Amino acid sequence: MCGSGGAGVMTAANMFLDAAAEAGFYALFGRSSGPQIRGGEAAALVRLGVDPITSVDDTFDIMLAIDWQGVQRFAAELPLSKNSIVICDPSAGEVPEAYVKSGARIVHLPMKDLAKAIPGGRPNMIALGAVAALIGFPVAPLTEVLGKSLKKKRADAFEASVAGVKAGAEAAATLGECKKIGAPKAKDVKRWTITGNYGTGLGAIRGGVRFCAAYPITPATEVLEYLSSALPKVGGVFVQAEDELASVNMCIGASYGGEASITSTAGPGLSLMIEGLGLSMASETPVVVVDVQRVGPSTGIATKCEQSDLNIAVYGLHGDAPHLVVAPNSISDCIFTTQWGVYLAEALQSPCIVLSDQALGQSRGIIDAPADVAFVGKRLVAEAPAEGEVFKRYANTASGISPMPVPGQPGCQYTADGLEHTETGTPTSQSSDHVMQLDKRQRKLTGHDYGNHWATIEGEGDIAVITWGSCTGAAREAVDRARADGVNAKLIALRLIYPTRPEHLGDALKGVKKILVVEQSHLGQFTRYLRGEYDLPVKPEQLSRPGPLPMRPGEIHARLLKMGK
Amino acid sequence: MTAVTYSAKDFKSDVKPVWCPGCGDYAVLSSITKAFADLGLAPHQTSVVSGIGCSSRIPAYTNTYGFHSIHGRALAVGQGLKLARPDLTVLVAGGDGDGFSIGGNHFLHACRRNVDLTYIVMDNRVYGMTKGQPSPTTESDWDASAMAPPGGTGMTPFHPLAIALAAGANFVARGFSGDPNGTAAIIAEAIKHPGFSFVAIMSPCITFREEQREWKDTMRKVAIDSTNDAAQAARRLMTDDGYNCGVLYRGNRVSYGKEKIATAQVADLDAEFTL
Repeated sequence: MCGSGGAGVMTAANMFLDAAAEAGFYALFGRSSGPQIRGGEAAALVRLGVDPITSVDDTFDIMLAIDWQGVQRFAAELPLSKNSIVICDPSAGEVPEAYVKSGARIVHLPMKDLAKAIPGGRPNMIALGAVAALIGFPVAPLTEVLGKSLKKKRADAFEASVAGVKAGAEAAATLGECKKIGAPKAKDVKRWTITGNYGTGLGAIRGGVRFCAAYPITPATEVLEYLSSALPKVGGVFVQAEDELASVNMCIGASYGGEASITSTAGPGLSLMIEGLGLSMASETPVVVVDVQRVGPSTGIATKCEQSDLNIAVYGLHGDAPHLVVAPNSISDCIFTTQWGVYLAEALQSPCIVLSDQALGQSRGIIDAPADVAFVGKRLVAEAPAEGEVFKRYANTASGISPMPVPGQPGCQYTADGLEHTETGTPTSQSSDHVMQLDKRQRKLTGHDYGNHWATIEGEGDIAVITWGSCTGAAREAVDRARADGVNAKLIALRLIYPTRPEHLGDALKGVKKILVVEQSHLGQFTRYLRGEYDLPVKPEQLSRPGPLPMRPGEIHARLLKMGK
Repeated sequence: MTAVTYSAKDFKSDVKPVWCPGCGDYAVLSSITKAFADLGLAPHQTSVVSGIGCSSRIPAYTNTYGFHSIHGRALAVGQGLKLARPDLTVLVAGGDGDGFSIGGNHFLHACRRNVDLTYIVMDNRVYGMTKGQPSPTTESDWDASAMAPPGGTGMTPFHPLAIALAAGANFVARGFSGDPNGTAAIIAEAIKHPGFSFVAIMSPCITFREEQREWKDTMRKVAIDSTNDAAQAARRLMTDDGYNCGVLYRGNRVSYGKEKIATAQVADLDAEFTL
């Protein structure tokens, strides 16, 4: 559904999602918008189904245009087929060539005129009613949602909206046939509706985070938005910092004080935070940084998705600086992976970068209720040394993890330092001290048991599809389709990007004859990372492109069929 | 039961400073530890946070919970610590390059934000650790160092007190390392005063600015009259030559941050998303 600013596209789509949730459907709602601050053309990209949905589809069944203003800018992001229907207002002028070329059936719905006939009527409600009727979506939950959002505030707006939906539904009879949605199955299944960015915020709190300092940046701002209201409720602190340098260093200060801390940003902000991450790493003061990746480099395309911050996240720190990088692979997994990231950061006294992306962060899903897992960040707490002995903050322990005091604890005073230091924390320039601390900091990360959370692994087959982040949904759907065609593939979505797990991936790839790497990067950063960090049994094939176009299941499926021949 | 009291010595560590003989920072370290002891604080409930530079080495020389962070970010680390742990006494310390050049933006916003901590800048108008480049407070025509451009930078020196006042600092003062007792008293007052307290301490670098030895004659101890009227304080700064010591301004702004009170359990947060 698309239209210019003020057309109410996002409002209508959100109401549609609310109604779908109410009725017992699953859904994925992504958004594509231009750079305008307010208004400007926008497209609500909704996929609706009776079973769980984690991926965009290859094409859209219905494209509804309230008007055509600026919509051609999204043409590539709104793929249609001969089976699609384009519904547009005859008063909006000619259908842009890209959509005509697609071969889709073009039908007219006079949304503006129908809305005019209703006092206070709006075209977006006509559109909502028409789409609902066309796909056989029940009207009752729509009315219910309208009631919830409008009735109390404005009775007249409620009446007008209900009338609009009804008029749209009646007019839909003139639009011909369309694929029907089918009966919802999940009315009684425990489901949630949440965006990836809110999920990230929730996961942080579940993991024990009680401090966040952050600076607004698209497309990560909703993490900040969520935490600014949720953290105080659980006794935490939120600060809007003056910049990303302050954000990350405030978090490090709070963490030094004993509070699990998080900040959220996108690529440009991560670039600014890198020095702070080095401090966190060297001083062994845990901090979690969420990077909701957008199209780079530099300012790039701020509102759209790309998986191109992998290199900076893994290799961006100066010096030999092993640290944690984890990546969620679904909206639901934003909750788990962030929680797990906090847990790991706290347990290993390390910085952890959570590499989310715009397609996960800013999409709203109707999903199965996520499990409430037990990972809550806990540090190895220090005890005061015996009388006459010096406290060793950076003690060279077998695990590499040194007990960490909480300021206020008598007898454990130490100075946290980014300067190389001895076991007591005293600055040193001696090679033996440097080697000892380097070994210790690496050992604690490589020696940790990450369990089976290091990757999401599904299915068996001669072909392995290795992917990460928001590409996982499309890859999963492609693997399912290929299986139906008799080509068996195994899906491996890495959640733990750094440190690497060579033995684990080696085991997962046993018997695999071909590898396909799926990612959204022009340079193929993930492929290069896999080839550089892992001994893959065969040279992988690469299926990748830069943002903002998402990887779609169809193209991965096609490649799998070719590889399976 | 008698309360344990700590002397200034209890706040010092046995790590040997990297500072040059004659550096003003030795005296500032003594003033800080004296202020802590005079206030009846305990080393484990006190924290000293710094950035990078000669004076920023100071946390390791104290026996408090120290944090020697990165260049320019001391105030960010210190504010985060204080907001997470309001029960601790947090003192942020560093030099003029660290605080006013690379950390200048944080200085402005720390003044505005008014978190209850004390910020000490040991000002020697030079980058000492990198051996003699001009800093933001260096006189515009200073070119005695081979590291300075001939004729000086030509840039107007940063006026820390005026900028702190304009940006909203709640306590503004100047001390001199050559008057350790007077400086200790100012630091103690700064710590006690609620909100963001800023103390500029003139602390000579006789290695790269030998002429600063003269400060012992030019600095005027207790020369500033204190006021709680920002306009009055601003007028006094207009005729200030940088050599007057004392507390210039005591404001009455409320410190940043609310008391941390949980009104919900973590599990309660799920309700917002549950269908």
